[in-house]
This record gives sequence, structure tokens and C-alpha cells, in this order.
Amino acid sequence: MILKRLLLTSLVLLVFALHQDFWHWRVAHPLAFGFLPIGLSYHAGYTLLAALVMTLLVRFAWPSRLEQQAEQDQPPPEDRR
Amino acid sequence: MTSALFVALYLALVIYIGVFALRRKRGHGAEDFFLAGRSIGGFVFLLSLFGTHMTAFAILGSSGHAFRNGIVTYGLMASSSALIVPILLLFLGTRIWAIGKQHGFMTPVQIFRDRWECGHIGTVIFAVQAALLVPYIIIGVMGGGTTLAALSGGFVPYWLGGLVVALVVMSYVFFGGMRGTAWVNTFQTLLFLSFGAIAVAVIGSGMGGFRQAVDTLLASPDQAHLLTRERFSPLIFFSYTFMPLSAIAFPHISIFCLTARKMAQFKWTVILYPLCLLAIWLPCVFLGVLANASPEIPAAARDDVLLRLLDQYAPLWLSGILGAGIMAAVMASDSQILALSTMFTEDVFAYYGHKDRFGEAAQVHTGRAFVIILTAVAYLIALQAPAGIFELATQYAFAGFSALSPLWVAALLWRGSTKWGALASTLWVAAAVIATAVFQAVVPPTPPGVIQPALAIAGLDLVSRTTTGTLVLGLLPVVPMTFISSLLLIFVSLFTSKPSPAAISRYFLAK
Repeated sequence: MILKRLLLTSLVLLVFALHQDFWHWRVAHPLAFGFLPIGLSYHAGYTLLAALVMTLLVRFAWPSRLEQQAEQDQPPPEDRR
Repeated sequence: MTSALFVALYLALVIYIGVFALRRKRGHGAEDFFLAGRSIGGFVFLLSLFGTHMTAFAILGSSGHAFRNGIVTYGLMASSSALIVPILLLFLGTRIWAIGKQHGFMTPVQIFRDRWECGHIGTVIFAVQAALLVPYIIIGVMGGGTTLAALSGGFVPYWLGGLVVALVVMSYVFFGGMRGTAWVNTFQTLLFLSFGAIAVAVIGSGMGGFRQAVDTLLASPDQAHLLTRERFSPLIFFSYTFMPLSAIAFPHISIFCLTARKMAQFKWTVILYPLCLLAIWLPCVFLGVLANASPEIPAAARDDVLLRLLDQYAPLWLSGILGAGIMAAVMASDSQILALSTMFTEDVFAYYGHKDRFGEAAQVHTGRAFVIILTAVAYLIALQAPAGIFELATQYAFAGFSALSPLWVAALLWRGSTKWGALASTLWVAAAVIATAVFQAVVPPTPPGVIQPALAIAGLDLVSRTTTGTLVLGLLPVVPMTFISSLLLIFVSLFTSKPSPAAISRYFLAK
């Protein structure tokens, strides 16, 4: 459990750090598909990577206990608040 | 004129969807009107949440920003949001949904009041949230007026365009409540997501192909930098990664989290959210940059650059349909109006006893009356005030809501947080936003590219003025605002009394 959390946290931090792509800062080449500058194609790829990270988080860090508790504990409408 | 006809058709369709939602309502209570009875399904939840978060800036602002600043726009606004917003939704949005479902909460302030066992401190949080949200509503009406005037070639004047947009939004929010707003947002999101792909194909072909346009820019010494980020500070680029924190603190987003029928609806939403961002932002940014290669687009063009490209390169009928897509993005003020109405009726009207005295039906009527009053006031202000004021205000609002996000983290993830910590954090955010606004009003903006130090200590530039804003230690104000907001929340909470164990146990599962 702790190892899983550590791995997932590290993954998120790593992907967050990859957003700062200073190594592409001053160049336009290579052009993806012949027209998309690297600074733009990198971040388009980064967006796809974010979707992949979210897929992993949903698979391995979904708060299922929260879901169960919300469904079980829901009071009748007149008793709320 | 053809564009205006398409837009008129679109507006009529939007009203129809809102009124149709009224016929599909399942109850008469406040929960049904303000939260669609917590019954929103997966497809509508994803598209409506995305549409609620994306404002006019997603289409018009992004292309205008890219026209002036180049490809950096995508990394600043889109790719950082692609990671941070879904993470916030997964770890905080699901908790907001669960606690709302368990206890019947309908607004963020209700949760804060219950979590920290406070009353008037909740009212202070409400006031700060409302003050930061109102400029968005005003700028939405202004955007509608400007866009309708531009699409009709001036045939529809600004005042009439703004009036039409305000009336349409007010109508479907008034009749349809959250259900109507969510359905309209879903329709709008589908429309402006399709816009991106069609616009790229049509404009790209009209410009003679992307490769030729990119080669033109690369060959120009004055424009080649737009395809790199060489003129943009990496520190400011980093600062922008704090902006997406605002997503969960926006009341219209956190309230929308309460509308999901099941928590499972967050799963596909957080996975597909980055792809939706890609679909709308990449075409808009790329086209905004390429507009610099077109001799038909004047260098003075601002946020209307995409409208100009459509006018130049798209056939008239397609320009009309795409214009409707742009209107869909501009009309994002609906969810903000509804959120503010929900907050007012729940956090002020109901909390201070009027609900018990007049009943739940009176609460819904009050909410509807608030929608009319708010829209009318927003319209009247939009007629009088120069746009620049509210554009600046939304800049402050982004930073303000980002700096308020630690409230959610503390309330839902930290047992030790207290109401005094929350108050300190909220007051700090209000003071920092006001201080930034006053500083920018007093110190004139610098010429493009110039950073003017305003306060230096021991040779270190503490606060500087730039062309468009303020820097603190070379960073945007949002960074120190969020750090100090978090630190105040932590330190004040450590030294003040905690809520009762019963209150804490409602928010944290037994280990």
C-alpha cells in the first residue's frame, strides 16, 4: 500500500516536472508532421501523457471506500443539513 | 449577416433546451433546481464540467494570446491544466461529491461551515468568493455583445448583442436551473469541440497549407520567435502551473461536482478531460500563431484574430456555424450565475433563517429572482465599464481562486485544520488581490518587454511592474499568494482549537 502510494506520487511529481521543458526553449525544430514546432508538439504529447497518468490513477488510486460510504450513509432528504 | 442568422438559430435552440429541461424536472425542491437532483449522468457530467470550466478565453483569448506571444500559450494554459485539474477532481472533487451526498450540502460554504463548525467565517468566505466571481459574469456578457457585433459585421450593435446574450442565458438558467444549464453546456461543448477540428482544416487549407505558413514565420526575423519560447521567462512559465489550482476553488466547479449521480462518473471525466483540452486548445493556439503569416490579418488584431481568420478563409455558411461555436464558448457565464444564485440562497438566505420562515419554495423563487437581478446588474455594468477593467479583474480572480484552493485541501485532507486557519487564509487572499489591483492601478505598465523594479531589498527585486501585470521575485503573484495562504492556514490551525471530534469524524474515514 505504501509502496503503491510512493510510486504513484513519484509518477505525478515526475510528470509535473516534465512540464518545465527548458531544453526546447529556444528551438522550433524538429517540426512534427513537417509543421508543428517541437515546443508545441511536446506539450500536445504531454497532454496525452496526462490522460495516461489519470488512467493509472483511476485504476490504482480510486477512492472506492469513499464511494461505498457515501452510498450507505445517505440520509433521507428531510433529515439533511 | 449570415453568421448572425446561424447564431440566432443557435440561441433559439439553447433557449429550447433550457425550457425543455424545466419539463423534465423531477421535483420542486431546491436540490432539484440548483443541483439537478444530483442526477447528472456520465456523458453530460464530463462535457458540462468541461464547458463550465472553459470560458471565452478557451477560444478567443487563447488564439489572441498565441497571436501575440506564440506557441508558449499552450504550455501556459492548457498542458498544465491537463494534469492538475483532473488530479484535483479525482482527489478533492470526489470527496466534495461524497460529503455533499452524505449530508445534503449544496455549496462549498455549507461544507466549510460544517467541517470547521463556524458561521460568520463561512459568510466571509462566501463574500470573497462572490467578489471574485462577479467580474467573470460581467465579462461574459461583454464577450457576448462583442462577438455578436463582430459576427454580424456591426449590424447588431454591442448593446443589443449583450442584451440578447444576457436574456438568453438568464432564460435558460431561470427556467432550467442546473439541469438546463448542464444540458446547454453539453450542447455548447460538443459544438465548440467540433469547431476546433473544422476550423483547422478550413483555415489551414485557405492559407495554402500549414507548412508554407510555418516556413513564412521561420523566415521572418521578427516572427520566428513565435515558434519558440525564447522571449518568455521560464519562471513565469512555471508560475502559470499554479493557475489550474483555481479550478476546484471556483464555486461553479465545486458545486458542479455535487451534481453527479454516482462517483463513478468522475472516472471517465478525469481521463478524458486532458483530451478535451487538447482538442480545443491545440487548434486555437496553432491558428493564432499562424495568423501572423497571413497578410490579411493586421498586426493590431487582438482576441478577434480567430473571427478574422474565419472571415477571411471560411465560406460564409461555414463561418456562420463556426461563429455559433464561438458563441458557445463565450456564453460560459451561465454556470457562474447559477452558482452565485445557489450560494446566495443557501449561504445567506437559508442560513440566516429565511428558509425556515418562508419555506423551500420561497428559496427557489429567491434563487430565480437573484438570477434576474444579477444578470440585469451585470448587463448594466457591461454597458458602462471599459472592458479592460474586467479583463484585469479576471486576472486577479484566477490568482485569488488558486490561492483559495488550500481551503479545500485542508477541509478534506487535514484533520488538524481549523476555522481560524481558514479565516486567516481567506483574509490574506482578499488583501493580496486588493494589493495587486492597487499596485497595478498606481504604477503604470511598462513598455513591451521591459520589467521595472518597484521594490528592491539588498539588490533583490522584490516587486516589479511589467507590461501586463506584476512580478514578485520574478514570479507571478499567484505563487507567493498560494504559498502564504497555505502557510497561514497551517500555522494558525496549529495554534487554535480544533473542531469537535464528531465534526472531524464526518470527513475522515476511521483508520
